[in-house]
Amino acid sequence: MGDAPIRTEQLRKTFGSLVAVDGLDLEVRPGEFFGLLGPNGAGKSTTIGMLTTTVVPTGGRALVSGLDVMNHAPDVKRQIGVVSQANTLDRSLTVWENLYYHGRFFGVPRAGARARADELLEQFSLTERAGSMVFHLSGGLAQRLMLARALVHEPLVLFLDEPTSGIDPQTRINLWRILEDLNRAGQTTLLTTHYMEEADVLCARIAIIDHGKALAVDTPAELKRKYGAETVITVTVEGDPAPLAERAERLDAVRSVEVERDTSLVRVRAARSEGVLVELVQAAVELDLPVRDASSLPPSLETVFLNLTGREYRE
Amino acid sequence: MSAYLHTFGALLARDIRVLRRNFGQFLVRTVMQPLLFVFVFAYVFPKIGQGFHGAAAGVSFSTVLVPGLIAVAINFQGISAVALPLVQEFSVSREIEDRVLAPVPVWVVGFEKICIGAMQSLLAAGVVFPIVYLVHAEGEAPDVHVYDPWLFAFALIFASFLAAAMGLFIGTVLDPRKVTLLFAVVVLPLTFLGCIYYPWAVLTPILWLKLLVLLNPMVYMSEALRASLTPQLPHMPAWAFSLALVGGSVGLAILSLRTFHARVVT
Repeated sequence: MGDAPIRTEQLRKTFGSLVAVDGLDLEVRPGEFFGLLGPNGAGKSTTIGMLTTTVVPTGGRALVSGLDVMNHAPDVKRQIGVVSQANTLDRSLTVWENLYYHGRFFGVPRAGARARADELLEQFSLTERAGSMVFHLSGGLAQRLMLARALVHEPLVLFLDEPTSGIDPQTRINLWRILEDLNRAGQTTLLTTHYMEEADVLCARIAIIDHGKALAVDTPAELKRKYGAETVITVTVEGDPAPLAERAERLDAVRSVEVERDTSLVRVRAARSEGVLVELVQAAVELDLPVRDASSLPPSLETVFLNLTGREYRE
Repeated sequence: MSAYLHTFGALLARDIRVLRRNFGQFLVRTVMQPLLFVFVFAYVFPKIGQGFHGAAAGVSFSTVLVPGLIAVAINFQGISAVALPLVQEFSVSREIEDRVLAPVPVWVVGFEKICIGAMQSLLAAGVVFPIVYLVHAEGEAPDVHVYDPWLFAFALIFASFLAAAMGLFIGTVLDPRKVTLLFAVVVLPLTFLGCIYYPWAVLTPILWLKLLVLLNPMVYMSEALRASLTPQLPHMPAWAFSLALVGGSVGLAILSLRTFHARVVT
C-alpha cells in the first residue's frame, strides 16, 4: 500500500540516436485523472508504451502500483487497461465476444465474464450491437467498445492514448462524459492528447512534455497562472506597425510587444484582458493606421502549451 | 502458474471459437489441393494411360502420394493458419497489440499461436487422409495401413508442431508488403522439394539434391509418415527423422518465440 498507481523515475528511451523519452519523472496519485500533453513526437506514446510493458526502457524505471513494469510484466498487465490509438478490436469476434474473451484472458470465470460483458454493453449503450461483428462498427462505436473492453477486468489504472483523435465532436463529448463518470467513481486514468481543451476539461493535473522531457507539471489553473496568465492581443494594420508598437509599450497592462513587419502585425501580451484591445485599436486610429484585424486570446492551456513548446511545425 | 494456464486456455478458446465460425473456409482451404492432386495423379493419369509409377515395382503412385500429401496438408495448414493472420495483425488490424496485454509473459501468447496452428494441421491431416485414400482409378488403390500407430502419432504431432512453429517464425519476420512472396519463396519450394512425390532414398542419382533437401523440414515430415504408413517403400531411418522432427520443433519454437517477442516488445 502507499504506492503511487504510476511513477516514473528518470525514465528514458532511445531508438538508435533518437531520444524519445529523456529522463522523465512523473507521479500519478490514486484516483487522479492525469494528462500528458505534448506535440506529435514529444514522447507521449513511448511513455505509455513503457508503462504498459510493450516498450522496454533504455534507462530509469517505470512503476505501476509499485511494480517495476519490466520485472513484473504479467502482474502489471493485470492492473492496467489500455485504449490505444489504433483500433485493436478483435475483428473475428462479435461485439459481445470481444468483451467476454477479454474477461476470460484475465482469468474472469465464464459466468462472471458473461455478466460483465452484458453489464458493460448496457453501460456503454452497445447492447443492441452485441451480436454484430466488430468489423462493421463505425469509428465512434469502436472507440466506445475499446474503452469498455479495457474496463472488463476492472483495472487499477486506465491508459488512454489519444482516444479521441479522428472521431466526431459528439462522440468526443460523449466519451468525455463517460471518462468523467469513471473518474468520479475512483478510476485512476492517464490520458495522452494533443487537444488542449480535452486536457483542460478532463485532467486534474497535466504534464506538458516535449522532446521527451516534462516541461511543466501542475493543475490546468496553475499552469495558466504560471505560464500563460497573459492575454495575447494581436492587431494587424495597414502600413508600418512600428509606431503602434511604441504606443503599446506605454500601456500599463502590457508586458511584452512583438512586431511582425512583413505582416504589419503587433502582438501584445498583457496582464489583463479587459480594455487593452480597445486601447490599442484607439491608438491605431489616432496614428491614422487603418486596422485590418484585431483579436484577443484569453489565457488558455493553448497559450501555455505554445509558450512552452514553441510555434514551429512538428513532423 | 495456474493463472498463466487459465489465460492460455482462454486464448485457445478464442481461437477455437473463430475456427468454428470459419470452419467452411478451413475445409475448402484444406481439401482442395490434395483432392485435385489425387484426382489428377491417381485418377486421370491412370485412366488416360499417362502415368507415374511408384518407386518400387508393383507399388502404385497413389501409395507414394498418401504420406506425402498428408505432409503437404500439415505443412500448408500450419504455415498459413499462423503466418497469414499474424502478418495481417502486425500491419493492418493491430489486434495483436491487445492480445499481448493479456496477463502472461509475451512468449505464452506466441506459444498459443503455435498450439492452435498445430491443432489445425492435425485437423487438416484428418481431413486429407480419407481423400487420398478414397480418390483413385480402379486398380490404383493405395496400399496404406497404419502399421505403427505410435510412430504415426509421433509423426503427426511433431510434423504439425514444426509446421506451426515455422508459421510463427515466418509470420513474425515477413514484411507485410511481401506476403505474396510467401508462397513462391517458401511454400512451393518446401512442397516440391519435400519428398512428397518420391521417397528420399530414391534421390541417389541426384546426390547434390538428395543432400540439399535435408535442409527442408518437409522431408522429415514426409519420411516419418512414410515409415509409419507405407513401410514397404524405402524411407529414412527412424532415428534420423525423429531427431530432425523433435530438434526442429524445439529449435524453431524457441527461435520463433524470440522473433515474436522482438516484434511486439520494442
